[in-house]
Parts: sequence; C-alpha cells; structure tokens
Amino acid sequence: MQKRLANWGNYPAIISEESAYTQEEQLRSFVVAHHGFIARGNGRCYGDASLGKHSLSMLKYDKILSFDTVAGVLETQAGVTLDQILDIIVPKGWFLPVTPGTKFITVGGAVASDVHGKNHHMEGAFSGHITEMDVITGDGATITCSPSLHTDLYWATCGGMGLTGVITRVKFGLKKIETAYIKQKQIKARNLEEVIRLFDEYKHYTYSMAWIDCLQKGDSFGRSILIVGEHATKAELNPKQGQAPLQLPAKPRLTVPFNLPSFILNTFTVKAFNWLYYGKNFKKEINNVVPYEPFFYPLDAILHWNRGYGKAGFIQYQFVLPLEQKEGLVAILRRISEKGWGSFLAVLKVFGQQDSLISFPMEGYTLALDFPVRKGLFAFLDELDEIVLQYGGRLYLSKDARMKQEVFWKSYPNARRFAEIVNTYNPGKRFESLQSERLHII
Amino acid sequence: MPTVLLLGAGSDMAVAIARRFAATQYNVQLAGRQPAALQPLQQDLQVRYGITATVHAFDATAYDTHAAFYAALPVQPDITVCAFGYLGDQEQAQENWAETARILDANFTGAVSILNVVANAYEAGKAGTIVGISSVAGERGRQSNYIYGSAKAGFTAYLSGLRNRLFRSGVHVMSVLPGFVNTAMTQHLTLPPLLTAQPELVANAVFKAVQRKKNVLFVKWPWKYIMLIIKLIPEFIFKKLRL
Repeated sequence: MQKRLANWGNYPAIISEESAYTQEEQLRSFVVAHHGFIARGNGRCYGDASLGKHSLSMLKYDKILSFDTVAGVLETQAGVTLDQILDIIVPKGWFLPVTPGTKFITVGGAVASDVHGKNHHMEGAFSGHITEMDVITGDGATITCSPSLHTDLYWATCGGMGLTGVITRVKFGLKKIETAYIKQKQIKARNLEEVIRLFDEYKHYTYSMAWIDCLQKGDSFGRSILIVGEHATKAELNPKQGQAPLQLPAKPRLTVPFNLPSFILNTFTVKAFNWLYYGKNFKKEINNVVPYEPFFYPLDAILHWNRGYGKAGFIQYQFVLPLEQKEGLVAILRRISEKGWGSFLAVLKVFGQQDSLISFPMEGYTLALDFPVRKGLFAFLDELDEIVLQYGGRLYLSKDARMKQEVFWKSYPNARRFAEIVNTYNPGKRFESLQSERLHII
Repeated sequence: MPTVLLLGAGSDMAVAIARRFAATQYNVQLAGRQPAALQPLQQDLQVRYGITATVHAFDATAYDTHAAFYAALPVQPDITVCAFGYLGDQEQAQENWAETARILDANFTGAVSILNVVANAYEAGKAGTIVGISSVAGERGRQSNYIYGSAKAGFTAYLSGLRNRLFRSGVHVMSVLPGFVNTAMTQHLTLPPLLTAQPELVANAVFKAVQRKKNVLFVKWPWKYIMLIIKLIPEFIFKKLRL
C-alpha cells in the first residue's frame, strides 16, 4: 500500500510502498524478492533512517515468544514495542535493562539504533544486554547472532540502522525491580560548570540526565536541572504506594491533536517555557519517589508532542563529544545562544565507555536539542557539525536527517569496517534507506 | 475459564480477536492449516495474558475431517469464531474454475461444513456462541468481486438461518460484516481511511457484541447505511454502474 511516511521529526516525508507480514516464511519470501527496501518499526527515530521508497513494516510481527520470570529473560519478535513489554514485565518485578526516552519504539528499532538510556554510564547500551537475535540477511537466510556467535553480523546490526538485514527475534536480559517507582533527586545547577561538576559528584547513581536552558547568557549560561534516580525499594515507598508496589494507576492521556502553527515556537515562547520549567523547582534540591513513567518517559504523556513543531517538522540534533572536550560543549551552546535558536528540549547526559562497532555512544557528553525546520537551519547545523568534528565527536544516526556524508565518514572511526560487513550481508543494496543513500554507507 | 475457538487463527483479524478474548481471561484454541505458523501466537497469548492457548490443525476444505477435528478438541469451546476467508482474484476466477472453487470453498462450503458440526454440538448442549465473519461484499453482487461476494452472501444467509434455528436452544449466532479492514488480505489495496477499521477495532467490537448478544454487527457504523443505500438502488440502475 502507498503511504505517506515520516518519522518522529516529521522531516523528511516520503511516499512509500509499505508491506507487512506476520510469519517468518512470508518475510523471507519478501526479502528474496525485493531490492531497495528498509525494515521499519514504530517510526520513532527522528530522521530518515527507517524511511525508504519501499518499507517493510514490522509492527505486525509482534509476538512475545517467552518470558523466563525466574532468570529475567525475554524473547520477542522484532515488532513488539517497549510499551507492551513494560505492561507484562513490570507487574512481575522486572524492568528493561536500557530504555530510551520513549517507550513507543520496537525491540527491532532498539537494536538497530542500539539505544541508550539514563543509565548508560553504569549499564551501557541495549546491545550489552542481548543474549541472541535472529537476522534475515540479503540471501534470505536467518542467521542467529550474539556477542559470541557471528560476531561481525551482531556488532554491525547493533546500531546498524537495519542495513545488515531484517531483525526478526531478540532475546535479552531484564533487570530485577522491587517496585514500579523511582527514588529521584532533582538538583538545580546555576550554570554549565556546576552541572558538569554535579554529574561527576552523582555519577554513582544508576540513572542521570540534565535538562538545560540553552538561552541563558553570562553567569547563568547553561543553567540546568540535574535529575538522578534509583529504582525504589519497597521500604522507600509511602503506605499508599506500598499497597501494590508493582502496579501503577492508569492515567488519562493528553494529545496534541494537530500540527501547531510554527510561529508559536519562537525565542519568546521557548524562553517562557524554560523559565517556567526551571522556576517550578523552588528549592535547590528536591527528593521524592515517583512512578517510573514520568521519570523515564516524561514526553510520552503527551501523545504526538512532535506536532507542536508544526507541519515543516523539526530536527533533533544529538551529538556526543569525548569526555576531555567539554570546551566543545561550551562552544556549541554558545553558538546556539548567540543565534537565539534555543529548543524546548535540551538534554545533557554523560555516557560511559562503549566498545561497539558503529553505535553512537562513546565516553563523553551528549546533548540533544530540538530545532524546528526553518530557513537557514541546515546551514547553521552544518556549522555545528564542524565544531562537533573539530572536537572529535559524532552525531546520532537515529536522529539524523541531514548531515553530509563526509561528516559521517570522518566522525565514525569504524565506518569503513561497518560498510564492509554490511556489504557482505546486504549484497546489491537489498536493504536501503534514505539515510544509507545520503551517507553513501553502501 | 471459558474457551474460545478461532477457526482460521492466522488471519490478522483472528489474531486481534484472540488477544481481545485472552485479555479477558478466555483460554484460546487456535486452528489453522499451518499449525506450526500459529506457535508464536500461542506463546504470545500465554506470556501476555497467562491463559492456556492450544494449536490445532484445521483445513476448511477437508470436509470429512471436520467432525473428528471438533471431537478431538481438548474442551468444547464456549465460543466459536469462524474467521477464515479468501478474497481471491475476480478476473482470474472468471476464467479459471479452480480459483472460483477455491473462493467458494474457503468462504462458504468450508464454513458451512465446520459450523454444521459446531451447531449440532451447541444445540445438544443448549449453550454456546457462534460468530461468523462474513462481509459487506455479500450484501449485493458487484462486477468487481461477485464471486467472493456471492460466497459471503451465502454465508450470511446460512448464519441467519442458523440463528433462527438455534434461538430456541439458547445458542447465540452472530454475523459480523466488517467492511474494509486493514489486514494482509487488503494490503495491496488503497482503502479509504474513514471506512477502514484496524483489526483491533474489529476485535473489540466483536468482543462487546458477543457480550450483548448482538445478531448482526457492522463494525464501522457508516457501512450499515452505505449498504442500505446500495441495496436500495433499483436493479435497472445498479446494473449500469461500475462497482
């Protein structure tokens, strides 16, 4: 079926022929009969990584195959969303080992993006928790790979943007929890220097991230709120929460019903939002116990928040810089503040080490920013790319919709090795996305 | 725990119906031509909903196996949903009897054969619910799909007769006319979004209508009126239309 497809940033949009199957044999026949298509999950990556002229929707491939409630191991088909998984595992006392800021992604997407979470500095990325997975490669064969089996395929598939084949089955380890609550601490930081110092001071916390107001200048440049947390134990809950520690009350959901006109988001409104957000914490430090949902997925509570950026869509610009290059962070934030193009969302996080082949994280600082698509934006982002390159950093492929191919090839040290492996399993460009064409990966 | 039997359990609509019932703690019996292909669904239902799901080989066109198939089920299901069907290719069917026969068998003869067995068992036990997934295509024959449509028309008439017969035994028979549904069967078609249901919507409607003992279910309400209008068009005009 012909469909208009766009990912979460609503940029770019493409008319795509979409196919979907529920059985492995059907998937296999599709793979061997087609060229130039890309497998796609729930469309929650931001850019063009899962867009192609022909797309293979995995959303119907959504069966949960097994759940070992004693060892905490889950085995699912690739199209199951984290949202569905949480509903099953949390009441049984288990949690996702790693989760990004939205639960509306599929397991296949989590692997293809090798997602990271607030716990990256402690527990690594998603790829570190997979025990095995199946990939249908270009010749139609299903190959089971793992950190010890067909390792080249395994490491090129984790973070590989679907270019090695169609991920069909993933088995991964879960994390034991006592309650469905998080004991969180929010600390206000006056400026960038302070928040970086706080990150270091609180690095023993499993979860951490900071929200930055990037429109501030002078002494308050980089003013932020650091949020750290741990899974709460039963003893830490209040009596009401303690009655059913693993159950959460159902909440009504808000949605943005249509695209807002883009003039609503300007420097003034972003400033006002940031002022309110920063100002709502009256105290320097707040400690409380909250349900896991608002802690991990604050934006999921507003369905379709992406529509707030208007029809033209937005770009989420996420980069990482090595730990010793924090001046790079200052340089980039300064450029944004000079330009006056702040974003609602500016999230800072410190990554731990990553030894994978092509995944995004590396030990250092990562910052994610939203910019509505408008005249001059791409030229401005090209300037930011230069700074990222200069400081030895790189951009997150799952959020990228516009970087130039040189930026990719210069910033990912294993790009060539990755492309070689992709060519082995994906001869003749069977799997191809707008992104892989743009970056000339294959 | 009550049990629901799904005949043609591999279809997108059947998967959604299975989940809807399992979510309310029904045990599920999955029957289809390729039992191995139903295993992931069986596992999924058990893990997600903590119910018992079983898989059974069933071929709608192997009529002489139907009585044995039903007798061999581990428990007699409280609800039987007949969800199999085959859209086929109208033009091919006009030229080729094998395709026509396939369409008629999958949508009519096979359904009648198995539901005769189920109906007799339910009548004897004076309890049970039969749900037949028919189609709005059976409401009036159109040149674009009248072979499929006539098989579904036959099925709709069969269900209505069955409802009439079984009423006295306290057995509920429901005909479902889903209209366009976004499934594998319609993957190659471009469907009007307002008239197209997702399988989950069909499943939810079926579940609720079973509780309310509804007789005929149109999943999206405009279909009831669209089909009413289509049925009211006089034949001398209708035959000139390209539908």
